[in-house]
Amino acid sequence: MAGTTPGTLVVIGNGMVGHRLVEVLRDSSWRIVVFGEENRPAYDRVALSSYVDSWDSADLELPALSGCELRLGEKAVSVDRERRVVVGASGVEVSYDVLVLATGSVPFVPPVPGRDLPGCHVYRTIDDLDDIRATVEAATRPGRKSGMVLGGGLLGLEAANALRGMGVSPHVVELAPRLMPIQVDEGGAGLLKRLVEKLDLTVHTGTSASSIERDGERLIAKLASGLELDLDVVVFSAGIRPRTDLDLGLELGPRGGYLVDAACRTSDPRVFAIGECAAVEGVAYGLVAPGYAMAEVVADQISGGTRVFPGADVSTKLKLLGVDVASFGDAHAVTEGALEVVVNNAVAGTYSKLVVSDDARTLLGGVLVGDASAYPSLRPLVGKEVPAALLQPGGAVDVEMPADAQVCSCHAVTKQTITDAIQSGVACDVAELKACTKAGTGCGSCVPMLKKLLTECGVEQSKALCEHFTHSRAELFEIVRATRITTFSALIEKHGTGRGCDICKPAVASILASLGNGHILGESQAPLQDTNDRFLANLQRNGTYSVVPRIPGGEITPEKLIVIGEVARDFGLYTKITGGQRIDLFGATVDQLPQIWRRLVDAGFESGHAYGKALRTVKSCVGTTWCRYGVQDSVGLAIELELRYRGLRSPHKLKSAVSGCARECAEARSKDFGIIATENGWNLYVGGNGGFTPRHADLLVSDVDTETLVRVIDRFLMFYIRTADRLQRTSAWLEGLDGGLDHLREVVVDDKLGICDELEAAMASHVTDYADEWRGVLEDPEKLARFTSFVNAPGTPDPTIEFRAERGQRVPVSLGIPEVVR
Amino acid sequence: MIVCDFAVLRPEQGVAALLPDGSQVAVFLTADGAVHALDNIDPFSGAAVLSRGIVGDRGGVPVVVSPVYKQAFELATGKCLDEPSVSVAVHSVRVRDGVVELT
Repeated sequence: MAGTTPGTLVVIGNGMVGHRLVEVLRDSSWRIVVFGEENRPAYDRVALSSYVDSWDSADLELPALSGCELRLGEKAVSVDRERRVVVGASGVEVSYDVLVLATGSVPFVPPVPGRDLPGCHVYRTIDDLDDIRATVEAATRPGRKSGMVLGGGLLGLEAANALRGMGVSPHVVELAPRLMPIQVDEGGAGLLKRLVEKLDLTVHTGTSASSIERDGERLIAKLASGLELDLDVVVFSAGIRPRTDLDLGLELGPRGGYLVDAACRTSDPRVFAIGECAAVEGVAYGLVAPGYAMAEVVADQISGGTRVFPGADVSTKLKLLGVDVASFGDAHAVTEGALEVVVNNAVAGTYSKLVVSDDARTLLGGVLVGDASAYPSLRPLVGKEVPAALLQPGGAVDVEMPADAQVCSCHAVTKQTITDAIQSGVACDVAELKACTKAGTGCGSCVPMLKKLLTECGVEQSKALCEHFTHSRAELFEIVRATRITTFSALIEKHGTGRGCDICKPAVASILASLGNGHILGESQAPLQDTNDRFLANLQRNGTYSVVPRIPGGEITPEKLIVIGEVARDFGLYTKITGGQRIDLFGATVDQLPQIWRRLVDAGFESGHAYGKALRTVKSCVGTTWCRYGVQDSVGLAIELELRYRGLRSPHKLKSAVSGCARECAEARSKDFGIIATENGWNLYVGGNGGFTPRHADLLVSDVDTETLVRVIDRFLMFYIRTADRLQRTSAWLEGLDGGLDHLREVVVDDKLGICDELEAAMASHVTDYADEWRGVLEDPEKLARFTSFVNAPGTPDPTIEFRAERGQRVPVSLGIPEVVR
Repeated sequence: MIVCDFAVLRPEQGVAALLPDGSQVAVFLTADGAVHALDNIDPFSGAAVLSRGIVGDRGGVPVVVSPVYKQAFELATGKCLDEPSVSVAVHSVRVRDGVVELT
C-alpha cells in the first residue's frame, strides 16, 4: 500500500495546516516538497487582523521548517494522477509517492451587483489586507472614513476589527438576525452587539447588501432594509468555501471539498486532503484545530499508522474587539429535550448559557459572552456529568475534569497526556508543558488550565519564596507596600521565620528599593545585598569587580570617552564594549572601586547599575538625526527613557532599546520593553528576551505619541515589579500571566483594574527620588569604609589576585582550585 | 593575633583579614552575637571572597553563602551544605576587651 515506505511527499498548500503536516514529518525520512501559491512563508491566518498592528508580516510567520523543499510563489496548476506528477505554474514537474492537498478555502462573495468594483475586497490573506489598506489610504475625503463588512460572523468581526485598526468606522451587515449566528445564541449575540457597538461599530442584522455602486470617490451600498451606506471601502467576509479549483477528477463532498474517508484519504490511495479543502466523510471544517488533527492523521497514516480523524471539536473561544466570546458543544441546544441555564447580567456585561441533557445530568454545551474565563473548565466537561453546583446561579466552575477530556483543542491534547508529562517529570512548568505536549501553543486559552493541572499534580513549585517566607515575592511586595515596613528584620519577625538567606534577603532588599527606601547600602539594607549590589560592581571569577558607567542611549562625548580610557589605563583595567552600548572596565579590587568612581563621578558619570536587578541600558540606533531611513529620534527617546528609569530596582534586570524605523537596528524586540518608531509615533513591544530562552517581544500598543508611550511603560514596569516572581524576567512573567498579553493590555492600557493611577504615581516618585548610588557612597564615610580589602590591612592588595597580559590588556591568572571535588 | 575592633563588625556580615603568612580569614558576626572565622577562599572558585557572602540560616543552621556559585558553608564547622565532601577550615576566634582575636 502507498505510503508506508518513505519516498517523496508533495504538499499542495503552504497554509497553517500544510505547515503543520510538514512540522510533524520533519524528522521522518520523507522527502517533502511544498507548493505555496503565496510568495511568502507560512503564516498564522487566525491572527490575521493583528497584522494591522505592525504591518509587518514577519510577526505572523510560522516557524521556518528545515528539511523540506518550499516552492513559494509556485501555484500547483495540475496533477497527473496516473504519472503521479504535480505541475507548477512555472512548468516545473514534481513526482510524488504521496500527495496531500491542503489548498484551504476561498472567501465566499455573495452575488451582489457591484461586488467587483475597485474598493471592494475579500479578507483572507496578508495581500488582501495590504490591498484594503491601499484603498483606505487612497481615500481622501475629509472626516472619519467609513467601511462596510459583509458578514457578521467570526471572520466578519475580525475584518471589522482590522478596519478599526486602520482608522475606519465599520458597518457590519449580517443576513442572519444576530451576530456570530453559528457560535452564539440570541441572548449572547444581543450582548455582543451592545458591547461591540460601543467600539465604533454599527451592526445591521437581518439584512443584506442589495447593490454597491461607485459615486465619485465614494461607494454607495444599498441594504435590503432600504438603508444606504456611504463608504470608502467594502470587505466581504461572509464565509469560506473549500478550495477545489485544482481538478484531480476526484469526488467532492456534498457541500464542496475533496471527499476523504476518516483517514483523510481520497478515492486515490496515494492522495490525501486535509484542512479546509477536505470533506472528511462528507463534512468540511472551517477551523484550524480540525485541520491540525487531519494533518496528524495523515502523518500517522503515511508512516504506517492507523489513526483516523477523531471528529472535530468546533468549540471556540476568542476575543473579538476586546470582547470574550466562547461557544462549545451543543451551543444551540438542538439535542432533543436539552435544557438551558442562562445567566444574563446586562449590568456587568456578561452572558452565560449552559446546555444540559433533559435529566440535567450531562453537560451538552454552552455560550459565554463578555467573560469566558470559565471556558477552560467547562469545555472538557461536555458529554460528562455536570456538577450540580454549576447549575446554581454564580455556581463554581472549579470542577474535576475526566482524564480523557481535551484540554487543548488546537492540538488535541488530553488531560491525561498533560498529567503524564507532569508526573513523569518531563515538564515542571507551563513552558515545558508547551514544549513537550504542544498544549497551549495554539490559541493559548488553555494556559490557565495547564497551570491548574500543574498545581493539582503537586509539581508546581510552592510559591513560597524560600524556607523563611511562605509568601511569594508578589505577596511580600504587597505586604511591604501596605504595611510600610522598611527593614528586613521587621518583615521576617512579623511575616517569616528564622534569620533569612541568600534568596530572601536580596529579594526583600529589591522590594524595599523598588518602593524607595533610600540608599541600598543604608545600615539595615547593606547586609541584605548580594555582593554585586553590596559593592555596586560586578563580581568576576577571580574576586575582582567590573565597573560600568551609565552611557544613556549609548551616546557619549569624546571627552567622556577619554575619561573612561584614562581611568582604565591608570587602574590597569581590562576594557571591553558591552552588548548594551556601554563600556565595561574589568579587574578592579574592592579598594579601587571608590577611587575609580571618584574620577568617573567628577567627570559626570553615574552608576550604570550593571550589577543590579534594575534597568540596565536603553540601546538605540542613530535615528533621524543621522540615518537616511530613520523616521523618529530614537537616540533622544532612548536617553529620555534611560534617564527616567535609571536606578529602578525590579524582580530581575530590565533591558530596553529604541529603533528609529522598522529596520530595527537596535534589536528592540529582544528587550523587556522595546520601542520601534513608526511614521506616526511609536510601537511598544514588551516581554522580549535574548539569552537562554530567546523570545520576541509582543506588541502592546502601536502608533502612540511619546507621552502616551511613557505612560504605558510606566504602568507596565510598575505592574511587572509588583507582580513578578523573584528573578523572573518580563518574558517568563508574560508567558505565565493569566490571560497573557490581552490581560496585560487590559490592565496597563485600558486600566481594567483601576490601578493605573497608583502605578503612575509609584513611577513618578521613583523618578523624583532617584539619586546616583555611587555619588551616595562617595559622600558618606560610613559607606566608603566598607570598601576595604582587609579589615586589618586596608589598601593591601589581595595576594590571590594576579594578572597576565593577553592582546595588550590585563586578564586574570586562573586561580588554583584548592582540594575541591566537583 | 588581633584582627580588628569588635565594633567594626556588623551583625550578619563578614570582613576579611590578612594573616602574616599571606593567607586570609573571613570573620563573621551573627545576629545572636556569635563570632565565627573561616578560610576566606571559596573552594569552588578559588577566589578569596567568602567574607563577602550573604549570612543567614539554612534550616536554623547559621551559614554564609559564597557570592560566586552560591554554595552554603556552615559558619560553626566550615562544612559545605551543598557538597558534603567539601569544607573550609575553621579558625578559632574570640572577643576580648572589645577586640577580635584569632587564637
